[in-house]
Amino acid sequence: MTEFQRLSLHVPEPAVRPGGTPDFSNVSIAKAGAVARPPVDSAPEDIRDLAYSIIRVLNREGEAVGPWAGFLSDDELLTGLRHMMKLRTFDARMLMAQRQGKTSFYMQHLGEEAVSCAFRKALRNGDMNFPTYRQAGLLIADDYPMEEMMNQIFSNESDPLRGRQLPVMYSSREHGFFTISGNLSTQYVQAVGWAMASAIKNDTKIAAAWIGDGSTAESDFHSALVFASTYKAPVILNIVNNQWAISTFQGIARGGSGTFAARGLGFGIPALRVDGNDYLAVHAVSLWAAERARRNLGPTLIEYVTYRVGAHSTSDDPSAYRPKTESEAWPLGDPVLRLKKHLIAKGAWSESRHVQAEAEILDEVLDAQKRAEAHGTLHAGGKPSVRDIFDGVYADMPAHIRRQRQEAGY
Amino acid sequence: MARMTMIEAVRSAMDVSMERDDDVVVFGEDVGYFGGVFRCTQGLQAKYGKTRCFDAPISESGIVGTAIGMAAYGLKPCVEIQFADYMYPAYDQITQEAARIRYRSNGDFTCPIVLRMPTGGGIFGGQTHSQSPEALFTHVCGLKVVVPSNPYDAKGLLIASIEDPDPVIFLEPKRLYNGPFDGHHEKPVTPWSKHDLGEVPEGHFSIPIGKAEIRKPGSAVTVIAYGTMVHVALAAAEETGVDAEVIDLRSLLPLDLDTIVQSVNKTGRCVVVHEATLTSGFGAEVAALVQQHCFYHLEAPIVRVTGWDTPYPHAQEWDYFPGPARVGRALVDVMGA
Ligand SMILES: Cc1ncc(C[n+]2csc(CCOP(=O)(O)OP(=O)(O)O)c2C)c(N)n1
Repeated sequence: MTEFQRLSLHVPEPAVRPGGTPDFSNVSIAKAGAVARPPVDSAPEDIRDLAYSIIRVLNREGEAVGPWAGFLSDDELLTGLRHMMKLRTFDARMLMAQRQGKTSFYMQHLGEEAVSCAFRKALRNGDMNFPTYRQAGLLIADDYPMEEMMNQIFSNESDPLRGRQLPVMYSSREHGFFTISGNLSTQYVQAVGWAMASAIKNDTKIAAAWIGDGSTAESDFHSALVFASTYKAPVILNIVNNQWAISTFQGIARGGSGTFAARGLGFGIPALRVDGNDYLAVHAVSLWAAERARRNLGPTLIEYVTYRVGAHSTSDDPSAYRPKTESEAWPLGDPVLRLKKHLIAKGAWSESRHVQAEAEILDEVLDAQKRAEAHGTLHAGGKPSVRDIFDGVYADMPAHIRRQRQEAGY
Repeated sequence: MARMTMIEAVRSAMDVSMERDDDVVVFGEDVGYFGGVFRCTQGLQAKYGKTRCFDAPISESGIVGTAIGMAAYGLKPCVEIQFADYMYPAYDQITQEAARIRYRSNGDFTCPIVLRMPTGGGIFGGQTHSQSPEALFTHVCGLKVVVPSNPYDAKGLLIASIEDPDPVIFLEPKRLYNGPFDGHHEKPVTPWSKHDLGEVPEGHFSIPIGKAEIRKPGSAVTVIAYGTMVHVALAAAEETGVDAEVIDLRSLLPLDLDTIVQSVNKTGRCVVVHEATLTSGFGAEVAALVQQHCFYHLEAPIVRVTGWDTPYPHAQEWDYFPGPARVGRALVDVMGA
């Protein structure tokens, strides 16, 4: 009677589930050095292919190759390595602290260290990030004191945020780190607004927006693209594609589109994909986008292709939804090991210096932790005062809140 | 009958409903393969297939908007919003769309959807995992708002919500997921398996929306609470020895005014307790109704015990949470008034 078959709903599924064998052979990865580096003032339609390929600098041998190589000195690379190692050590210690009941919650970066650490080096003082919870590397790479980060994580008496925010939801205007919201994606469009303001005031500062692959499904992501595109805001629109949004694989948010970067194309925003585990590539691409923004050429969208090796947060058990060995099968390797290999290949680093650096960094982190813990942890020692609950809801405390503070005994 | 936690009861309600009615579909963030971050939907995808229980993109307005469309087609979507704190992106779809479709189309289209959302604090969730937004919904005509305080009610009310022809906001106090919580955070929670209301029928049953329940009869003062605060109120009554009648509202919209009025007319005193902030909170509505309907029986001013008018702090949450000490103080005060 009808020429059509009955309809059926398509629900995307990841290739493998626990018990299966991870297989990333379908992930097409350009050879290091193979992708062109167009001039920053290229028209978006001329560089469409950059939204579908993957820009890579470090090859398997640890050499830096191709047009995106050569933007960092050995010293800068060594600093970058140190930042990533610091972030990794910091994470390991804080994860342990959470397990020991010193805080309620923690989110680590394992496998994603290159993204935020390398990006920070493309920014200047005064630029502003609008981060989510997996960009602590922006602070580490800007030498924000680890002790302060820990004070925040422990919600202790020295917590700069007075015990108000969840752990890892840092805030530092001075270090270009906008206060983190628990509600996903809201910051994305705010970053565009900040960048528009900088342009309105004929300033020279630029903004960077951060979002995870899963969160690109939120309307705020799309609103941000509309505004950035319409006003050519000086903003870098970052998407960290770490393959997973809690238990949900990236295909649920991406749907039929080829890549997350390709989302920018419909808005006329130049879009690039980059190997997120390649410190050099991340830095080079960030620098390219930052230059575009600074030259008033408008927004750039960057998709960082990476893998979330750790759990989503301390409340998550990834073995319930993906094979345990999936991270080992991830074809882009480990960002720390790759940069280390590169530096060793260049003769700027050695195994023994690496071991020594690991020990130094651990000492540094432990020292910060000791100092932070002296100010208390979530359930022991110094705490922010109950008084602090009532401060700062408004600039001036209205009478009704003052009454409530008194009722609470403060 | 079986012993269930509130999580299991909620899951069982969806299971029973999906089994009885092919039109019931369940979706939301992480609810499919993984079974939800609180595991409320665990096993449903395996049992009913991935077109009846599936993962949604992280897009609350997308989730609610598509649920509305599905309902217009004739399905009965029971949707999970991962935390109530994350319904805000969907607020437009909930309040201007779902709530009004029946009215504005003169019944041509209806919106039988359920939006389940974990609410409330006490789990160190900080300001964006602890909110109690019920008043934002009770102000909207066209919605129903339900808050269970135990597994038995959770199952019966959720089944009623799924079968309801109108949109229902189903708020699940996450502090009660594993056992009743009496406000003593330093004491371990006794699991629901040690509690009468953890005894839940395995099959289909429902509890009418709009009926309150008297949890403890008393004659000196009426305590009106819902969700987690029912347990706190019971603890406060016990600790102070005040002969309080504790009413569990169960449904905020529609509200069981008769039970409230009868009780307050009997006791002559009224304390309203909720976790949400004081100002323009649901307690204001209850207090105004009590004042209007029980004025000549009141022997003391109506008192509200609530969260403070601040965002929910992470470190000091036990000073924010209205515990038995604060509720007890209010009980003693109204008795002395
Ligand atoms: C508006 C909103 N909806 C849901 C959540 C709950 N939630 C927190 S993190 C997360 C997953 C985010 O995944 P993705 O964007 O891919 O970032 P990733 O964690 O992988 O870095 C979800 C659903 C939230 N915080 N805010």
